[in-house]
Amino acid sequence: MENMVNVYFSGKRYSVPADLTIMTAMEYAGYTWKRGCGCRHGFCGACATVYRIKGKNELKTCLACQTQVEEGMYVASIPFFPTDKRTYEIEDIKPTQQIMMELYPEIYSCIGCNACTKACTQDLNVMQYIAYAQRGEFEKCAEESFDCIGCGCCTVRCPAGISHPHVGVLARRLTGKYIAPETEHLANRVDEVNKGEYDELIEQIMQKPITEMQELYNTREIEK
Amino acid sequence: MYTPYPENMMESIKKVEATREKRMSTEPRRLTADEKDALLKEFHPDYNPDAFAEIKVGPNKGQKAPLELAEMLHSTSRLVNDKVDITKVDYDVDVLVIGGGGAGSSCAIEAHNAGANVMIVTKLRIGDANTMMAEGGIQAADKENDSPVQHYLDCFGGGHFAARPELVKRLVMEAPDAIKWLNELGVMFDKDADGRMVTTHGGGTSRKRMHACKDYSGAEIMRTLRDEVLNRQIPVIEFTSAVEIIKDDKGQAAGAVLLNMETGDYSVARAKTVVIATGGAGRMHYQGFPTSNHYGATADGLILGYRAGVPLLYQDSIQYHPTGVAHPVQIQGALVTEKVRSVGAQLVNAEGEAYIHPLETRDVNASGVIRECSEGRGVEAPSGQKGVWLDTPMIEILGGEGTIEKRIPAMFRMYMKYGIDMRKVPILIYPTLHYQNGGLEIDGEGFTKNIPNLLAAGEAAGGIHGRNRLMGNSLLDVIVFGRNAGKKAAAKAKEVELGTMNLDHVASYDEELRGASAATEEVSPKLLPKYARHER
Repeated sequence: MENMVNVYFSGKRYSVPADLTIMTAMEYAGYTWKRGCGCRHGFCGACATVYRIKGKNELKTCLACQTQVEEGMYVASIPFFPTDKRTYEIEDIKPTQQIMMELYPEIYSCIGCNACTKACTQDLNVMQYIAYAQRGEFEKCAEESFDCIGCGCCTVRCPAGISHPHVGVLARRLTGKYIAPETEHLANRVDEVNKGEYDELIEQIMQKPITEMQELYNTREIEK
Repeated sequence: MYTPYPENMMESIKKVEATREKRMSTEPRRLTADEKDALLKEFHPDYNPDAFAEIKVGPNKGQKAPLELAEMLHSTSRLVNDKVDITKVDYDVDVLVIGGGGAGSSCAIEAHNAGANVMIVTKLRIGDANTMMAEGGIQAADKENDSPVQHYLDCFGGGHFAARPELVKRLVMEAPDAIKWLNELGVMFDKDADGRMVTTHGGGTSRKRMHACKDYSGAEIMRTLRDEVLNRQIPVIEFTSAVEIIKDDKGQAAGAVLLNMETGDYSVARAKTVVIATGGAGRMHYQGFPTSNHYGATADGLILGYRAGVPLLYQDSIQYHPTGVAHPVQIQGALVTEKVRSVGAQLVNAEGEAYIHPLETRDVNASGVIRECSEGRGVEAPSGQKGVWLDTPMIEILGGEGTIEKRIPAMFRMYMKYGIDMRKVPILIYPTLHYQNGGLEIDGEGFTKNIPNLLAAGEAAGGIHGRNRLMGNSLLDVIVFGRNAGKKAAAKAKEVELGTMNLDHVASYDEELRGASAATEEVSPKLLPKYARHER
């Protein structure tokens, strides 16, 4: 007999194998996911979930696809949460503190409760990256928020109504576009391609017979 | 002593540790072309004759496809039994993009740039796609010692000389501009202090041209594209699946019938051009393999494109990524990015031997893992799954302490959730179903064969990678061919005059199915895998 545990999906008890994740346990119980299931490997943030272990007070947040079931787990999936993304023209904005004040002024209402950080399913220091955003330190905000998958568990718990993942995205786009150093070799290569410097060479290799291509491929020098 | 694994696995690790120092001083030999061919023929799942069936109807009649795909091709359209009034149009646009992943989003942004009225429909949410899960990186020949021609050679050779030259040309020639475009949208590539891209090798590359965003490369690209789509307020109809292409009396594509995944209601989208960007097929679980793919990867676009008359190309060629998780069972089949090998980890069998070069192409390395396991040099996990070691502690020795957390944080996090510290112990891997090398046949401009205003982009399209795709060419492909499809679809929409819409092709396909006595009991496209267990 497999080792089974009792879990409660939206309050209803099911007995499921102990080595399943919350996601596969619900499927074992007979559910078919529509919302609340995305990549199933911890990269998309679709399966934000809250749970409480029977007899314990603490409310926990997790990704259903990355969390193993436990005895007495009361589980609710968060199929959708109304986060508040502001729209902007990436070409027109600048990486100044002003832009955060304009687009996401509520970050300045942060009361420092740290509920966002405690809720983070990626163990990021969410409150810290919001603090960087407040100060216009976008590069630090981008770095600190880089592993965010946008599950929104932070946003669910925030008393100030901050939509943290969107703040992180803005900081990263500002960093990637405006703050990180420009790549000269990339600009040069695009320029060369546009000038047609590879046109003849590419046409030549496209015309080569397979046997010649095999020879070229099998004897090509591989960079160490 | 640190013991995160059961005893038999720890015993094998002793052998891995015993040979590590010696292994680190010698690079495993690369296989010759003949050795690779022999290994593939004996162990690659594509060579398993029992796993394929003959296609009985449609443009590829007589050719073979994986059993599970053939079953869907031989199944009945929902619209044979569900009658939908297609004269009642709910959405009327220039460009309809089916799919909200990397290709669909790039396509929509470029179509919008070109002034088209564009709309995305997607089965799950925008960004619920294999693009989001791509970890290792994106190729582009943008360094001084490299060139698009060299990239062409790697891609064409790695794909066993089967790729379409005009498609490879577009892929490699537009690669640098794709990186530049992404960078200008704000994607944070790994760069050094001078702005030079930090690039590494992937399996089968002859130059270090793998650009990355840590090991969240696809996620960083996808969330930026998604943000841009939303900034432009391009309509995105989520949890809505296209179930058939609508055609007109001139044989053109004219839109699609859509299904609300939650309510079961149908709606109708009319469009002057349609782009199929529905992604891959990992959730079909060919040959029973676990998959690295997202929940919605069920080959839908192949089915609806095929019914509309578009031929498939290389539908029998599947990529098994050599390094899927073999243990722990909770994440079995999840992708362990090739970047783990790019930054130094070797593939090592139960005896502690580095039995192959870690950066052979994916089909070769996958076959190697299968060989080791089937010939008794694998390690058995508690679930019964066998695997070989990926010697991750080498990464920290080679790159210095902290390299793993800095370069592959997602991998580190994924394993630490189960108490496995890959800095200290190797991880056990086995191939996982990763990518469909083939797909809908397109020409060099991204248009499908036969239907002049129907395009395909991304994993749903075939021919770009031949019979094996290199790491980093898929993220590249979704951007290059997604952007191209958006530009071409927007331009084409200006000249298309739609006739009377109909679903005649659905009816005639069904007749052909019945005529060939090939119809299954199922409906297709599949839309979602059937994972729910029912006791009765």
